[in-house]
Amino acid sequence: MITIVDYGMGNLGSIQNMFKRIGVPAQVTGDIAAVQKARKILLPGVGAFDSAMQRINESGLRTVLDHKALQERIPIMGICLGMQLLTRSSEEGQLPGLGWLPATTRRFAHDMGLKVPHMGWNVVTSARESALTEGLAVDSRYYFVHSYFVQTDNPVNRLQTTHYGITFDAVVGHGNLYGAQFHPEKSHKFGMRFLANFARI
Amino acid sequence: MLRTRVIPALLLRDESLVKTVRFGKFTYVGDPCNTVRIFNELEVDELVFLDITATAEGRAPNLRLLADIADECFMPLGYGGGIRQFADAQSVLRLGFEKVIINSAAVENPPLIAEIAQHFGSQAVIVSIDVKRNIWGHYQVRTRAGTRNTHRDPVARAQEAEALGAGEILLTSIDREGTWSGFDIELTKSVAEAVRIPVIAHGGAGSLNDIAEVVAAAGASAVALGSMVVFQKKGMGVLVNFPEPDQLAVTLAVGKSATGPSSQADRVRRITSAHDSRHESLGH
Repeated sequence: MITIVDYGMGNLGSIQNMFKRIGVPAQVTGDIAAVQKARKILLPGVGAFDSAMQRINESGLRTVLDHKALQERIPIMGICLGMQLLTRSSEEGQLPGLGWLPATTRRFAHDMGLKVPHMGWNVVTSARESALTEGLAVDSRYYFVHSYFVQTDNPVNRLQTTHYGITFDAVVGHGNLYGAQFHPEKSHKFGMRFLANFARI
Repeated sequence: MLRTRVIPALLLRDESLVKTVRFGKFTYVGDPCNTVRIFNELEVDELVFLDITATAEGRAPNLRLLADIADECFMPLGYGGGIRQFADAQSVLRLGFEKVIINSAAVENPPLIAEIAQHFGSQAVIVSIDVKRNIWGHYQVRTRAGTRNTHRDPVARAQEAEALGAGEILLTSIDREGTWSGFDIELTKSVAEAVRIPVIAHGGAGSLNDIAEVVAAAGASAVALGSMVVFQKKGMGVLVNFPEPDQLAVTLAVGKSATGPSSQADRVRRITSAHDSRHESLGH
């Protein structure tokens, strides 16, 4: 069972639909007691960094999530904004992030001559082999929509990268913690494989 | 490299899909959910649904139908038609659509754009601008499915939408829509150059060459296709189809690198002639 944490931001219906399609049991919940019992967590997110952190902090989810991530060390994956929340801070906001991942979240420079947000289908390049990206090393493409990107301190945490003006981290892994900048739930068979891999970890 | 998005734009009317010519002359295309299943199998980049009668009928979005569509789709989805207030947008986004498309309400109630953008982010709001030339050849923005002339200039309108927080512009040429005669390059270029947000060119696509041209010569970030993806050919029957990924990749690479729209047109034409190689019948 995968617990999709509902803290009021994100396209939860689509993620649940895709888990249903690939036959993986998943529940959407914002209930603290339910999250406490979770064995595997998916942290979605669409919207602004500070609003998301504020909701997580004020809802009481912060303590239980910290415990799950750092004490129980169950697999937790952040998607899109959810990935950025794992970092220490973001150039988008003032509030600190969850800080579980040695990384920061930065903004695409306006002077790259490219449209921001980075929106659409892009290919990824594997930096390291991992169970999460198994079978997705060659010719995989994903749907991205974001104006900020994650930069890990340590290249060892970098699983896949994507290029848009600069090369940034598309998939990261740090022990039991994972993040994906793209939207697997909107990425056809590639996203299905990716979420199925997460379910098997 | 980021792929140029190629987006089937599907028109809903009374729970059926239809295709129009210059916003009139309706042709029945099929059942929305069956068609969505085919586009899902064809792995299209993104889908846009426009309910073309919701505003005229004073109707809110048909959430039951949209929920069925969202259940089938594993690609980004946009919906427009009858979104008058924040609650309408919220309901549609909750179903699993990423983007709401606002046209008439963006003109009649501009703060709605800012409200949705602030809550869900700019990437969730597409402002749709329908444009028709008047008898003097000037471009004018129309609302309410093309029936109401606002006498506004599309460039000014697009800049206003960007300032309010729109994340994309869906720019439709009413004069070209359903005609297979190519995108309006002049119109698209004028708007794409005036805003920093992506512009989706819509109206007139008839070949891969048209797609390459609007990307290379007009700076469109994405294209929306109507007739091309629901008919076999101009004047022929319904056939849900989508260009092969390889063909599209070559077309768009040509489009991006072309020094002028005609420089590599022959190469594009060869690809265009192979366009029908993959398709599936709708079976209705």
